[in-house]
Amino acid sequence: MSPETRSGTKAAAAPAADVIHNIGYRNYDGPRLGRAYARRSLFSQSLRGAYGLGRSAKSKVLPMILLAVMCAPAVILVAVTITTQQEKLPVQYTRYAVLLQGVIGLFLAAQAPQSVSRDLRYKSVPLYFSRPIERVDYVVAKFAAMASALFMLTGVPLVILYIGALLAKLDFVDQTKGFAQGIVSVALLSLLFAGIGLVVAALTPRRGFGVAAVIAVLTISYGAVSTIQGIADTQGSTDVIPWLGLFSPITVIDGVQTAFLSASSSFPGGYGPSAGQGVVYVIVLLGLIAGAYGLLMRRYRKVGL
Amino acid sequence: MIAIESLSKRFPRVTALDRLSVDITPGVTGLVGANGAGKSTLIKILLGLSPATEGRAAVLGLDVATEGSAIRERVGYMPEHDCLPPDVSATEFVVHMARMSGLPPTAARERTADTLRHVGLYEERYRPIGGYSTGMKQRVKLAQALVHDPQLVLLDEPTNGLDPVGRDDMLGLIRRVHTDFGISVLVTSHLLGELERTCDHVVVIDGGKLLRSSSTSDFTQTTASLAVEVTDTDTHPDGTKALGKALADAGLAVQPMGRSSDSAYAAGHVLLVDVDGEETYDVVRDTVAGLGLGLVRMEQRRHHISEIFRDDTGDGGSASAGDGGATTGGPARPDANEKGAAHHVA
Repeated sequence: MSPETRSGTKAAAAPAADVIHNIGYRNYDGPRLGRAYARRSLFSQSLRGAYGLGRSAKSKVLPMILLAVMCAPAVILVAVTITTQQEKLPVQYTRYAVLLQGVIGLFLAAQAPQSVSRDLRYKSVPLYFSRPIERVDYVVAKFAAMASALFMLTGVPLVILYIGALLAKLDFVDQTKGFAQGIVSVALLSLLFAGIGLVVAALTPRRGFGVAAVIAVLTISYGAVSTIQGIADTQGSTDVIPWLGLFSPITVIDGVQTAFLSASSSFPGGYGPSAGQGVVYVIVLLGLIAGAYGLLMRRYRKVGL
Repeated sequence: MIAIESLSKRFPRVTALDRLSVDITPGVTGLVGANGAGKSTLIKILLGLSPATEGRAAVLGLDVATEGSAIRERVGYMPEHDCLPPDVSATEFVVHMARMSGLPPTAARERTADTLRHVGLYEERYRPIGGYSTGMKQRVKLAQALVHDPQLVLLDEPTNGLDPVGRDDMLGLIRRVHTDFGISVLVTSHLLGELERTCDHVVVIDGGKLLRSSSTSDFTQTTASLAVEVTDTDTHPDGTKALGKALADAGLAVQPMGRSSDSAYAAGHVLLVDVDGEETYDVVRDTVAGLGLGLVRMEQRRHHISEIFRDDTGDGGSASAGDGGATTGGPARPDANEKGAAHHVA
């Protein structure tokens, strides 16, 4: 560490002229790939990071377990379908993510703070902004990475279901259509959840708060909405049920796919939104995604350097 | 390297930079100022991250207002604060930062290994950063600023929090960044003694205004002086005073070294004699011998930047009424500790 040891190693290396190491400084005159490449690098680093890749072994445990938990029901469903020679899959493609929303929520709660709170907490953000990328690149890369991580989490089980369905020799056209609708649905879900998770997580540099806050936002909103919907259902005021669904992320997705992706609604009594209400759902969905992006941009205007 | 032209930055309640104009040439340049003098604001503007209120600045010939991204590709930046995640190794972190600077994956890995070795991190670079000492963390921060082989690095208070040995190491490293790596350096500090040893050129700003910009040798070598300390004898109970008088009679400019706080010398027992030429030494020697005093020390003493800075801030403080006053006291104090260490440089 001290100058003595440094020069000592140099002196030791110098006499052996044929050693491989050239101790002198070498300039770099290779290519510099610029902003778009840096953005891609940040994206892939964040996406890998969401599954613990490139991080410690410990941080791989939770995301990998959640991915396995996400896929296990799909494998079981496929096995049941094939052995009992069902006519169709026991679960709609579009319904799968709604059923397992708890797992998705846990994944988001664990990984969104990992992605953004960490940079805030250890103040690494200025290092990013002292490089060719701009604020928009950072936000886009983080957003896209989180959405892609969620898309993998929710998409892989659908792929398992689809392959299983084809192995069970179910109707190809039906299955492909259902699978495509399911994929569109989880893509929208991934964007929405990523946005919400990142906005909440970016508010605090404390990872623990971030985890708790994301879980709170998802479960409280869903709990409140489904409870009130349940009350409305028992009291017979079924008209308000579809409107209530606008107030929690997962029910927004449920409403959109009920209206446009021929999903059967998971709302109490199956009172999903009509096509007209569905338009409102889509507007709200896109508004939430855009709003999350806008809030993140605002957040990082303050934080940068 | 850097051309700053009448640059101002005003925040709603504070003027951080006030029509600052200065040119910075290749080499190691020190940017000195008290806390709040505008150093960090200037760095942000130079990186193209914060627009100037008025005026222009160019880094490596690129306009900071329009070509920030191109500037940041060729400039390295080491922040003042801690910025390292503790759960990754130095290698992983610096590789990532190299890629963020646009280096292809293979080059990023090679450059990381090279750079970490150059800043003095060896086997420990595979361990998580959380377990590093402050000195090692500072090296990692420096490495991430150098990994893309920039033409210029901006180092914000790189010696913050280091012990004296670590500080010397870091200063030596900064010097090597220029001499061995060929990278120009702009280093900020509020400790003048550091810059004196490291920099070719020193820029002093205070209250967002340029106080002085000149080469380090100008700062320190314009006037040489001689520190003389003598013993007391029975004939001359106060030898210092007697010598002072005799030297003054001999036509030399003599002053007692007054500030007891800032030196390793015994207070009131050292005379500072302005050196006019070779003959001054003879005059001093002969006078001491003539008085029959014992000569304890007679050594060349360079003026330190701090003295000039202190004088300058005094002027600057009175010139820029109001806000200057609060900051002028700041810089003088910390380098009092520095001086003791810097003395024997002469």
